[in-house]
Amino acid sequence: MFAAAACAVLVALTLAVVRALKGPTVFDRVLAGNSVGTLAILLLAVVGFLTGRPEWLDIAITYGLLNVISTLAILKFFRHGDLAYDAEEEAS
Amino acid sequence: MIQPVLDIVSWALILAGSFFTIVGAIGLVRMPDVYTRMHAASVTDTLGAGLLLAGLMVQAGLGLVTLKLLFILILFFFMGPVATHALAQAALHAGIKPQLSEDRTERLEERESEGRQP
Repeated sequence: MFAAAACAVLVALTLAVVRALKGPTVFDRVLAGNSVGTLAILLLAVVGFLTGRPEWLDIAITYGLLNVISTLAILKFFRHGDLAYDAEEEAS
Repeated sequence: MIQPVLDIVSWALILAGSFFTIVGAIGLVRMPDVYTRMHAASVTDTLGAGLLLAGLMVQAGLGLVTLKLLFILILFFFMGPVATHALAQAALHAGIKPQLSEDRTERLEERESEGRQP
């Protein structure tokens, strides 16, 4: 049963990678990257149960935190063209 | 006595979660523009991940593993909307227009010429 779930997640991963390769805008690629991160977390959790080693869940949590930060950082970069953007500086 | 029931419940949850995960991914490929793709990706983030992790929780029973799964689920429920909101705002800021079923600019101009608020 875990193997079936892992296969489903792998299929979804493939489709997300297809969207990341096709584009067309950079936001499609960021969205696909975010989905790949989500699916990687699910895959880690399922494979951890499949091999009988639920310690993999720690890695899954780490991946989740990294995924959020990286998505927000990339979006900030593409929105402002700068990671050290300061809203007050812009206003003055 | 209770174990077969738990197994069946967790299998049903895991299968449903797998189904919605694939549905979300298909939507990610098939939808026409970036905003509709966000809508499709949110299916994977909420229903797919939620059902899949709930199935794993039922399989794991009470304990540290379930707590970790709950942490991942809470992370999804808080961070998925945040990331999607930031993405939509960045896309709008970059000037990407949502695809509409009809062109509404003419109707807006008509209303303005009649002196009404659009």
